[in-house]
Amino acid sequence: MSEIIVEGRNIVRDYHVRGGVFGKARTIHAVKGVSFKVEKGKTLAIVGESGCGKSTLARIITLIDEATAGELLIEGQKVDIARQRLTPELRRKVQIVFQNPYGSLNPRQKIGDVLQEPLIINTDKGAEERRELAMRMLKKVGLGHEHFNRYPHMFSGGQRQRIAIARALMLNPSLLVLDEPVSALDLSVQAQVLNLLADLQEEFGLTYVFISHDLSVVRYIADEVMVMYFGEAVEYGSRDEVFSNPQHSYTKTLFAATPRADVESIRARLARRRAA
Amino acid sequence: MPLLEIENLVVEFQTASGPFRAVDGVSLAVSEREVLAIVGESGSGKSVSMLAVMGLLPWTAKVSADKMTFQGRDLLALSPAQRREIIGKDMAMIFQEPMASLNPCFTVGFQIEEVLKEHLGLDRKARRARANELLRLVGIPDPEQRLSSYPHQMSGGQCQRVMIAVALACNPKLLIADEPTTALDVTIQKQILDLLMRLQAEHGMALIMITHNMGVVAETADRVIVQYKGRKMEEADVLSLFENPKSNYTRALLSALPENATGDRLPTIGDFMIEAEAATAVKTPIMEPPV
Repeated sequence: MSEIIVEGRNIVRDYHVRGGVFGKARTIHAVKGVSFKVEKGKTLAIVGESGCGKSTLARIITLIDEATAGELLIEGQKVDIARQRLTPELRRKVQIVFQNPYGSLNPRQKIGDVLQEPLIINTDKGAEERRELAMRMLKKVGLGHEHFNRYPHMFSGGQRQRIAIARALMLNPSLLVLDEPVSALDLSVQAQVLNLLADLQEEFGLTYVFISHDLSVVRYIADEVMVMYFGEAVEYGSRDEVFSNPQHSYTKTLFAATPRADVESIRARLARRRAA
Repeated sequence: MPLLEIENLVVEFQTASGPFRAVDGVSLAVSEREVLAIVGESGSGKSVSMLAVMGLLPWTAKVSADKMTFQGRDLLALSPAQRREIIGKDMAMIFQEPMASLNPCFTVGFQIEEVLKEHLGLDRKARRARANELLRLVGIPDPEQRLSSYPHQMSGGQCQRVMIAVALACNPKLLIADEPTTALDVTIQKQILDLLMRLQAEHGMALIMITHNMGVVAETADRVIVQYKGRKMEEADVLSLFENPKSNYTRALLSALPENATGDRLPTIGDFMIEAEAATAVKTPIMEPPV
């Protein structure tokens, strides 16, 4: 068995809503005891609808938020950002790509600077070397030299998502958390970005935690699938297990609700419509 | 005679770098009781062409067409007052962001009753009763209570149901749904699509479904128009479109669906479009910033 890059043991996250004039204080259980393990070079997809806690979990894995309870292990090492300061080394290991590429890039920052910033903060590389690394990464994600001095507004949504991916990869992370990276993109652009992610995974041996609500994308990219519902992992297994034999009723509902685009389903629907 | 008939529709926007043609010679016709889907990616002009039909484009847009008729009436020749009599009554539209299309300052009941007052001139009591009935129709539990809720007190799916209730208030002949489920979760999407299809069949409306999701097309449409860069690439009934797509672009769209993936990689538009077509697909050249 190969190396486990990230492991969660019974992760819990509660949010406390303060009481005011109009309401009592209450606690929202966003994540209720979720456990998972991802091997090196594999992709874990987390599926669920809005409010199910998948983005909260992503923030915990990315070391942005701390968990209320439970353990998080990155490369076998226990991490608790509430107690210990986050080292640059840990920061390097885990990176995130957000959903909306229009919101995640600073409009006043040139692309070259966007890519160099993680290096400036976390390493002591010289300007020349940083520039060199940024240029190389730009090429890796399918952009060119000429894009180095441009601003985010000059790029399309797909290109911006490439830039966000490039930025995340600047520090050679071992784990990349992708929070709905393609849901804001057009179908054809989505295909390009998914291809890019597959190529990069192969080249750098990256491990992905891929958050999505689109089952067809998940089926394409994931090795393992976790389905979340109201903060709980109701289904967790290999892709083929989950897709061919879903156990939980919510997973079944989710599959049934996904629109089908194959010819047989269309025929069946048209026949039903004619009969009605 | 088709309910809505458009020939050679052109919509241009005035921009700093000259006119930009968002819709370029699109023709379409919708008959009664028909479900037409218009598919395309962002920038394909699918929303703009329907906004032109509704007369909802800003003044910077220049709309021209050889023919644009609804129930035989020429839409281009209508005065704004005459147009207002038609839109919202015989022809209604629902939008992508249900939260953003309802007014946050008024109750849901008020917003449904407003349409009834404007178009049908019902009295207060009749309006209340009809609003109640409409909420029941779109499947909102406890409609009596919900009429006095504000939009922020409802979920996205419920807001979209309210939007549908507003659109259906006057029993329109044609309903235009612009990405009605894009902002919603899959399970809610299914409920809303089922609701739209049920209402379409029960009321015998014509429905134009604007979407970028091939799955939604497959689940709803009778006939499909594929648009790209403001032009119509293909028009076919839904079965032949999926079975035997004629244009390269449609083929590219279908094979970019992750569920149709055969190998390790997903085919992209570039693999399908011949060079001349691909050249037009590239975004307008980007200026180098001053260094």
